[in-house]
Amino acid sequence: MGTQTCARCGHKMVSRDFGSLQRVWAFWIMGLMCYVPANTYPMLQTRTLFQSDESTIVGGAVELAQHGAFGIAFIILLASVAIPLAKFWAIAFLAVSVKSRRATANHSRQIMYEVVEYIGRWSMIDIFVVAILSSLVQLNTLASINPGPASMFFALSVIFTMLSAQAFDSRMIWDEQAKDEDPS
Amino acid sequence: MKDIADPDLDVSLTELIVCPHCDAVYRLKVPEMGEKAICQRCNAVLIAPRRKAGLKIIAISLATFFLILGAAFFPFLNIDAAGNKNSVSVIDAAFAFSSGPLLLLALATAGLILFVPLIRVVLTLYVLVPIVLDLPPARHAMDAFRFSEALRPWSMAEIFALGCAVALVKIADLATVGFGPAFWMFGGLVVLVVGQDSFMCRWSVWNSLEHPNKS
Repeated sequence: MGTQTCARCGHKMVSRDFGSLQRVWAFWIMGLMCYVPANTYPMLQTRTLFQSDESTIVGGAVELAQHGAFGIAFIILLASVAIPLAKFWAIAFLAVSVKSRRATANHSRQIMYEVVEYIGRWSMIDIFVVAILSSLVQLNTLASINPGPASMFFALSVIFTMLSAQAFDSRMIWDEQAKDEDPS
Repeated sequence: MKDIADPDLDVSLTELIVCPHCDAVYRLKVPEMGEKAICQRCNAVLIAPRRKAGLKIIAISLATFFLILGAAFFPFLNIDAAGNKNSVSVIDAAFAFSSGPLLLLALATAGLILFVPLIRVVLTLYVLVPIVLDLPPARHAMDAFRFSEALRPWSMAEIFALGCAVALVKIADLATVGFGPAFWMFGGLVVLVVGQDSFMCRWSVWNSLEHPNKS
């Protein structure tokens, strides 16, 4: 053996990519850095006949709740605040836990990793909603919606967390168990 | 953890399969059509051959190709508020960001919704058509398939479809919103993308790329 590239597809082969944790943390920090302006800058600039206002993600949800649309406000808070934060926490937890010997059940960590990888892409839905709204609601003088600077930071944050999750080498989750079974 | 297979173990590499998620090694036994080989340690699906899967995937890919093209140019939502009307296509939506630095975002959005799914469809057809016709694999088919797999998480047409629904709910009380033909195309696209993923057995594709004569 000792081959460096896969004979089948030509991809580089690594037995255990310990540098992967560094990449995970690098993308993770980039994602978190982009997530801050994504929440402080306005996401949408709404201009109606008499007024124009800019709303951040949380501000928009609070406004909706004041109008009585609790359901939608809850969904927005869940999709744009709770899930991204949970994703940051989950990736950090996985990256820390493969280093320590404290054994959380491997299986639940594997499921956690798969959930993070699967959900990651769905956060882009916010960006698509902004894109749809701001192209659709262009009604001359009556009302118009334009994307705010937060949309770009939010997209970057999603992309960086996706890269961070992809950089994680899920095989490391199982190595501790393999060490326990194999006394050598 | 052993990185190198035991030299005393008398197994050739072609008889082994390694779980890509948790690195457990198994002796290869190809399951029957419709059965699945599942990693006992982490429950990942290793091999899941389906009858006529190649043909089905090609059919789905062709349908996806035309749906994406159609969905791109037909209007997918239209709005009517007090006589002011507007209808948008997916291209319009992607380029909603087309001012200043947000132009980057417009390009990314268009890429994720339209170009990445299109590229994946073309690559899939390029790889699978020769296999299904029992021809030798196309040139660079392996690179093409690897690239297509790498693009998989970045293909977001189905997420955009759900985004339409969310946007509708958000402005439903502001104005009358109607669906255009492209909206239904996107609806169909979601079903097709899910279907394509369930038929695609990566191990079988790689295997037939490497051994074009068998099966």
